[in-house]
Amino acid sequence: MTDPILSLRKVNKSFGPVHVLKDVNFNAYAGQVTALVGDNGAGKSTLIKCIAGIYTPESGEFVFEGKPVQISGPRDATELGIEIVYQDLALCDNLDIVHNMFLGREEKSGITLNESSMESLAKKTLDGLSVRTVKSIRQKVASLSGGQRQTVAIARAVLWNSKVVILDEPTAALGVAQTEQVLKLVKQLAENGLAVIVISHNLNDVFQVADNIAAMYLGSMAAQIDKNSVSQNDVVRLITTGSSESMSGGKK
Amino acid sequence: MSEQITIEKSLSDWWSRVKAGQVGALPAILGLLVLCIVFGSMSSVFLTSGNFANLLTQAAAVTVIAMGLIFVLLLGEIDLSAGYAAGVCGAILVVMITEMDYAWYIAFPVSVLSGVFLGGFIGYLVAQLKIPSFVVTLATFLAFQGLLLLIIGEGGTIRIEDPVILSIQNKNLTVVNSWLFFTLAAGAYLLTGFWKFYKRRRAGLIDNLFKFWLLKALVVVLIGAFATSTLTVERSNNPDLVSLRGIPYVVPVILFLLVGATFVLTRTSYGLHIYAVGGNAEAARRAGINVKLVRITAFMICSGFAAVAGMIFVSRANSISPTTGGSSTLLYAVGAAVIGGTSLFGGKGKVSDAILGGLVVAVIDNGMALLGYPAGIKFMVTGAVLLISATIDAVSRRGAVSS
Repeated sequence: MTDPILSLRKVNKSFGPVHVLKDVNFNAYAGQVTALVGDNGAGKSTLIKCIAGIYTPESGEFVFEGKPVQISGPRDATELGIEIVYQDLALCDNLDIVHNMFLGREEKSGITLNESSMESLAKKTLDGLSVRTVKSIRQKVASLSGGQRQTVAIARAVLWNSKVVILDEPTAALGVAQTEQVLKLVKQLAENGLAVIVISHNLNDVFQVADNIAAMYLGSMAAQIDKNSVSQNDVVRLITTGSSESMSGGKK
Repeated sequence: MSEQITIEKSLSDWWSRVKAGQVGALPAILGLLVLCIVFGSMSSVFLTSGNFANLLTQAAAVTVIAMGLIFVLLLGEIDLSAGYAAGVCGAILVVMITEMDYAWYIAFPVSVLSGVFLGGFIGYLVAQLKIPSFVVTLATFLAFQGLLLLIIGEGGTIRIEDPVILSIQNKNLTVVNSWLFFTLAAGAYLLTGFWKFYKRRRAGLIDNLFKFWLLKALVVVLIGAFATSTLTVERSNNPDLVSLRGIPYVVPVILFLLVGATFVLTRTSYGLHIYAVGGNAEAARRAGINVKLVRITAFMICSGFAAVAGMIFVSRANSISPTTGGSSTLLYAVGAAVIGGTSLFGGKGKVSDAILGGLVVAVIDNGMALLGYPAGIKFMVTGAVLLISATIDAVSRRGAVSS
């Protein structure tokens, strides 16, 4: 396997007396989809918030593109090219797709907004993701379907030549067809060379898109393994008991 | 072969947006037309040139307050004290000119800065301490009323004789200058529009709204030409003694504010951030926008506009009194913004809404007074119109979400 673009080693995080992350190791690879699975309270959200710079872990090492880095705030993460798409998407319904994608980082010429340049870039990004479902990128986000909103949120995350995109439950609120559409997009991101981290509760989705699976159990990384070396039952056992005897994959 | 874009298609696009709940200014325009037809057929005075000029000066102050309010309404907040902020700033202006002998060009900026300061105070309480703006501005509504009384002092009313301040509401551009002003304004309006579409085309972006915009622009320019020609008709009863012709000075003032505020809201990132905070404050925060700063500055802009409105009040009344900016002023201003199509839920609205809405409110006020209805009926009709617009807002919002 190639070297991971992002690697976490022995990360610990506590909230007061509660030890939430215990010596967690985690890798994300460019061009691959890494699924992060685990039961409620296993520490998935805490882990990605550490990666995004929202929480600062007490101990542990971050290695990004082979170099050790310090992520002490969301801005650091953004500068490294790490973007998160939250479950609630954080889109402004009253703005159009272009403005949502550029919100907070608008292109300007002088003091005015450079609408044409933003529109072209937004269009290019959506085309690069093979998105053909939106009618006009000048339409308001309020008029989009759930899947299209997810698409916009993901497109916003990759607009900035980001290298790692973290998706928090991207299919949780979607119907069958839209889930399909978003999963296709997730694969497309990896094909475009990004490291994609997907948090999901839906193992069908996980097995459909993931290249490798990281399972957390009560704050520890139970295993991070190649998808092809495990069955769905193995993963369920990892999530619920933290270990799997029948497993044959390379445990890290 | 690219898709052929016709006027019919632009219109049908627009119609489908209307059906989807993006009604925009349509109800206000229709309402204005209906009101003008009704009052015009019932009163012989209503559609005269003199009454038209009167209507504009009557609507001016409330319209300017509404323009400022739109910044606050876009955030989903409200400023109930904007009316008395206008009163306080007007009082500062009058006291500085009449009692302290300052020139208007010193007194006016000071009064506007005072307004900005008052707004900053309100904004700080709302954004930093997170007190609901309704409560904060209810408190400042009372406090500013007191402040106004204190500034004016025992006397009750203070007259102002500064010719520049008085000219805003009482003097007109000459006929030649009126047409010059119209030509400049219409030319600038058309040129900026063409420039925008030219730039988009050069960047290779398709536009299906160009012909629609052209249609709209031509209608706007024609209305402007018609208004100018109406205003340049002699409207004095005794033209030999004193001639009354031309566009009132307050019209260019309002147009200047309209262009400035529209530029800020639609062309700058600050304006985009106002819409974003009004639409989804949490999303704006995560996108790295300083939400508190946006809130505070919006209140500052609102009270700054109120200060300009205070000057317009003073110019019209030739004096400041303890009730300037009081009674129904603020409610008319909120009504104007909402009637024009600005949403009370935040995130939706334009500065031009204030002009349309302000005209509707003034037309009701003016028309019913001409027909001799008592004030009681006037208030009830204005209330009903406001209620109708708020209903349209709420229903169109539901339509937009469910589609």
